[in-house]
Amino acid sequence: MIIPLLKGLKVTLGYFFSKPITTQYPEEKIPPAKRWRGIQYFEKDERGKTKCVACGLCMIVCPSQCIYIETAEDEEGRRYPSTYELDATRCIFCGFCEEACPVKAIFMGKNYEWVENNRNVYLMTTERLLEEKANNP
Amino acid sequence: MELLYLLIELIVKCVVVFAGLMIVVAYLTWLERKVLGHIQVRMGPNRCGPYGLLQPFSDAVKAFFKEDLIPGRADKAVFVISPMICIIAAISIFAVIPFGNQFTIPGTNWVVKLRLADIDVGLLYIFGVASLGEYGIVLGGWSSGNKFGLAGSLRAAAQMISYEVALGLSIIGVIILSQSLRLTEIVSAQAGGFWNWNVWYQPVAFVLYIICGLAEINRTPFDMPEAESELACGFNIEYSSMKFALFFMAEYAHMVTMGALAVTLFWGGWQPPHPALGFIPGFIWFCIKLFVFLFFFIWQRGTYPRLRYDHIMQFGWKVLLPLTLVNLLITALIVALKG
Repeated sequence: MIIPLLKGLKVTLGYFFSKPITTQYPEEKIPPAKRWRGIQYFEKDERGKTKCVACGLCMIVCPSQCIYIETAEDEEGRRYPSTYELDATRCIFCGFCEEACPVKAIFMGKNYEWVENNRNVYLMTTERLLEEKANNP
Repeated sequence: MELLYLLIELIVKCVVVFAGLMIVVAYLTWLERKVLGHIQVRMGPNRCGPYGLLQPFSDAVKAFFKEDLIPGRADKAVFVISPMICIIAAISIFAVIPFGNQFTIPGTNWVVKLRLADIDVGLLYIFGVASLGEYGIVLGGWSSGNKFGLAGSLRAAAQMISYEVALGLSIIGVIILSQSLRLTEIVSAQAGGFWNWNVWYQPVAFVLYIICGLAEINRTPFDMPEAESELACGFNIEYSSMKFALFFMAEYAHMVTMGALAVTLFWGGWQPPHPALGFIPGFIWFCIKLFVFLFFFIWQRGTYPRLRYDHIMQFGWKVLLPLTLVNLLITALIVALKG
C-alpha cells in the first residue's frame, strides 16, 4: 500500500524538476499552422491597387454574409470595387472567399491578434485589407 | 525596571512572531502555486514581480477591494465571527512553538528565549486550540444558509472527530519517551545529533502524525470540507473578500503550525542534525526543517487525488486508530520494560 504512494511522489518530483512546457504567450508565440486561416488581406496588382475586379463571388459564397461590394468602372473600363466592406466581427474565417476568388485578390492571412475597443474598426475596407498585407509577408 | 524590560521583550517577540508567521503564510501561498505549477509542468505565477514574488500582495489587495457579501439567509453574527475564530485559533497555536533556543543580547546579560510562552502543558494547549479552529469551519458553513456549506461543515465536524483521536494518540508515544508535555523539554530530549530524534524511535507514529495532520488541516487528499468538485468549495462557499482571505490564511497558518509541530516533536526542533553543525543558529535549523515539511505538504497535494468521504471515515476509524493504539501499546511496553 505504501510503495505505490511513494512511486506517485517520485513521479511528481520528477515532473517538478523538469522544464515547464509553457509558451509564455505575449512574449513567445507559436507560429500558426501552414494552412492557418487568419484575418484576410488583399493582394496588390502592378499599379499598387487591389487586384479585386468586384465580381461579387465572395459576397455570394460567404456563409455569414459579411462581405458587401459595390461595383464601379474606372476610365480604362476596368471593374473595381468602389465599396468593399468585410465585417470582421461576423467573419467565421471559413476561407470560402479565398477559394471563390477568380483573380486571386483576397487571401486568408496568418494574423490572429486583433483587439479594438470600438466595433466600427472591425469593418474592413479596401484600404484596410491592403494594409493587412504588411502582416503577411 | 525588570518588569518593563520583560514587557518590551514580550511585545517585540509577539510582533515579530506574528509578522513572521504572516509573511510565511503569504509566501506559502506563492510557494504552493509555484510548486504545483512546476509539478504540472507549467510555470506558476510569474507576472507579478520577479518570479511572481509580489503575487501575495496583489492577492491581498484584490481581496480587500472585493465586495463583502453577507447572504440574506445567513446568521449574520455567526457568519462574521467564524472566520475570526479560524484565524485566531490558527495563529495562537504558534505562541507555544519553540523556534529556537535562547540568546543573550550583546552588551547586556538579558537572555531572550525564542518562544512566546513556555507553558508546561504546551501540547494540550495546541490540541485544544487547534480543535477550536474547526469550530470556525463548522459554524461558517452552517451559518451561511447554503446546503453546500452545511454539507462541508458536517464533513468537517465528522472528519475532525475521527482524526483528532488518532492524531492525539500518535503523539502520546513521543510524550512517553520524553516524559513531558512541555515542548522545550521534548526538544531538549532530542539533543545531540539526528540519531536522537524521535522520528527514529517513533517512525510509525511519525507517519501517522503526518497523515492525521493532513486530515486535521483539511488538506488534500483529505480536503473533504471544501471538496471543490462535489461541494463547490464547501464551507466557504458564501464567503467573499477579506472573510474568505481569513479562512484561507487560517488554513495556511494551520499548515505551518502542523509542520512546526512535526519538527518539534519528531525532528528535534531547533537542534542541529549533528553536534558539529552547532555553530549555525537553531532558528535557521528550525526554518530549514519546517521548509522541508511545508514542501512535502505541497508536494503530496500535487500527487494524490482526493479520497472518497466514506473511505476517509473507514480509514480513520478502522486503520489509523488501531495502528496508533498498537504503536502506543508497544512504546509503553518497551519503556516500561526498560524501567
